[in-house]
Amino acid sequence: MADRAARSGSTTPPAGAGGVASSRPAPKKKHYSLLTRRDTITLWVMAGIPTLLVGVFILLPTLASIVLSFTSWNGIGGLGAIKFIGLKNYSDLINVYQPFFPALEHNLIWLVFFLLIATPLGMFFAVLLDKNIRGTRIYQSALYMPVVLSLAIVGFIWQLIYAPEQGLLNNLLGRTEQGNQISWLGDPSINLWAILVAASWRQVGYVMVLYLAGLKGFDPVLREAASIDGASEVQTFFRVVFPVMRPINIVILVITVIESLRAFDLAFITNKGLNGLELLSTLVTNNIIGETSRIGFGSAIAVVLLVISVGPIIFYLFRSLKEDD
Amino acid sequence: MVGFAAPWRRNGLVTLGTLAIILSACSGSATPTPAPSAAASVAASAAASVAPSAAPSGLGATTAGINETDKQPKAAVQAIVDFCSAQAGITIKANFVDHNTFQNQISSYLQGTPDDIVKWFAGNRLRFFAAQGLLTPIDDVWATIGANYSDAFKVASTGADGHQYFVPNINYPWVVMYRKSLFAAKGYTIPKTIAEFTALGDKMKADGLVPLALGDKDGWPAMGTFDILNMRMNGYQFHVDLMAGKEKWTDPRVKDVFTKWAELLPYFQQGSPGRIWQDAAQAALVPSAAGKFTAGMYFLGTFAAQQVPTADIEDVGFFPFPLFGNKWDTENAIDAPIDGFMLSAKPKNLPAAKAFLECAGTAASQKIYTGISSGDVATVKNADMSGYNSVQKASAEIIAGAGAIAQFLDRDARADFAGPSGMQGFLLSFLNNPSQDLGKFLSGIQAYYDSLPPQ
Repeated sequence: MADRAARSGSTTPPAGAGGVASSRPAPKKKHYSLLTRRDTITLWVMAGIPTLLVGVFILLPTLASIVLSFTSWNGIGGLGAIKFIGLKNYSDLINVYQPFFPALEHNLIWLVFFLLIATPLGMFFAVLLDKNIRGTRIYQSALYMPVVLSLAIVGFIWQLIYAPEQGLLNNLLGRTEQGNQISWLGDPSINLWAILVAASWRQVGYVMVLYLAGLKGFDPVLREAASIDGASEVQTFFRVVFPVMRPINIVILVITVIESLRAFDLAFITNKGLNGLELLSTLVTNNIIGETSRIGFGSAIAVVLLVISVGPIIFYLFRSLKEDD
Repeated sequence: MVGFAAPWRRNGLVTLGTLAIILSACSGSATPTPAPSAAASVAASAAASVAPSAAPSGLGATTAGINETDKQPKAAVQAIVDFCSAQAGITIKANFVDHNTFQNQISSYLQGTPDDIVKWFAGNRLRFFAAQGLLTPIDDVWATIGANYSDAFKVASTGADGHQYFVPNINYPWVVMYRKSLFAAKGYTIPKTIAEFTALGDKMKADGLVPLALGDKDGWPAMGTFDILNMRMNGYQFHVDLMAGKEKWTDPRVKDVFTKWAELLPYFQQGSPGRIWQDAAQAALVPSAAGKFTAGMYFLGTFAAQQVPTADIEDVGFFPFPLFGNKWDTENAIDAPIDGFMLSAKPKNLPAAKAFLECAGTAASQKIYTGISSGDVATVKNADMSGYNSVQKASAEIIAGAGAIAQFLDRDARADFAGPSGMQGFLLSFLNNPSQDLGKFLSGIQAYYDSLPPQ
């Protein structure tokens, strides 16, 4: 660390101070720095205010959730009404609360589905559209359009498609009669998959745009070199393009993981996250929002979600800080 | 010195930046994490819309928070607000909020700066907030209007501490609805007993109809079916005790109800967990373009009749759920939830708010309400029924004919038990898999009930 500090310190002096430093005379005090007083204040304000905001609006509520997860509180009355009950919320979660394990499982399925299907599909579309095929802009707009819509709207659109009697899908399949109709959103053995298709409809466009942006910045010389060396299209992609695109790949990976963990809107808009669509986020909401809330119990579920989320976050930070080196 | 100072600062920034990344990354996944302040700010913003009314006359100005934005009930509430303002010489500013939003925010709303008068539900859902000290007792109002109500309504308006907190406005029964023209065309007759009911169901199936429509996507409609089967098989008092936690869900009597329900499920519309109640109502009460019905009957609150075009409303008939031929036949209990008004804990103008409640508990104001809201009936016993349509007349008859009136599963039980994490989820699980091990199913319900904090 010291080595690195000394090295970077010696290479940067005037640049780090910015243009302002040179326009002012050097301070007379023996203790001086390359940053003027104004720079220092600016830096502290610029770093301090966001830090303060993050502390107040994110760190404190997060810590509060962790503390609340050991309590029983219905949200009514002052802080004095909060009762500490130790690990009861966590033991209830595991032993009594039936939606908990299905929710964990569904979050995991969501993640795997996104990782294996939605995200690769988005990348595939990006590679196709990068070929400047005819009408590429139309395809781009069509694929990107769902991303512009809020997930609440996406949920509504797909409800119209999946509705048992009036829905598009059952009418196309000719299965609208009592007895043979498919309850896409009501049958707990298929509704998660139905929702995943809707969520992927959006995720594919999102990944496609990100990846397409990366491909546009890809150095064509590398591709030419690969083809001169006799590499096929597929080989070029997997041996040259994909490795070079590593920074983008990591961004996409992180986005995929975060989108999967925070999956909420579609399940909640469909049926409040009941009946086969349980997700950790909907369980939190169902316990905390509403007429009588179980804030401690909901917080315990939120803490589980937090613990799961910390993994990918650490991975991401580790990678991105390493990139900086 | 230079070489030290600059990197130190840079490292400091890196640390801060790292912290910011960690935390903002956290925020992505921890969005649903509760911040107690978030709930409070919702309440604050809801309350912020309440501007103090000017120009007090007589008793002065007060405000009312109303959980209705649908056309009919909203107009009906506004009409009695206007009527009572004129009667009592007060000024009332009514704030209308979407029904479900209001319900989700009620707890923080009542703790923030609520309106003086609040529209709400009778029964346990009232008692909970009364016990939390979020409501004002109105025994003196009941001293004035008490004679207008039967005992059942007074009980439904009374908190656990024996004080009254609520003035009933209207109620509506849960009944089996059908189209009179369909029954006439097919020669169906109204079933009085469960045997006649299943026989009619078989006949309807043969005619290509689903006997009973059902849509339980919202989680609560199936509660009505459970309630009525439970009361038909075990009586009103068992329902009340079960909801209050005095009886156990593992009781064999509860198991009998689910066994019977599983037996009857072939008569219900398939795929109910994915269907909203409005679609189920359409299936039974509104013919397709070709004039065909999907289902023959529908069991729900009479508000389902709102789905029927006004021109056809006189063709909608209904009857109480059939009897089971046991000792509870004479009791003939039904669900008929009561809506009405209560007072928040610290009304800004108590005399004016009480003057409104006294006016709301009279036949005159309820006649105005039921004149506009076509599916509801008045709760006062001296109600003027001259303006009732056929739906309201039949509703009033059914309520009068019931020996005991329950509120509803989610109004008689505690809300955290009845909600999506509790009975809504359990009943959906039953509908999806009625042949599951009922013993395990019911002990799961009881374990969930027992895990809830004492209230």
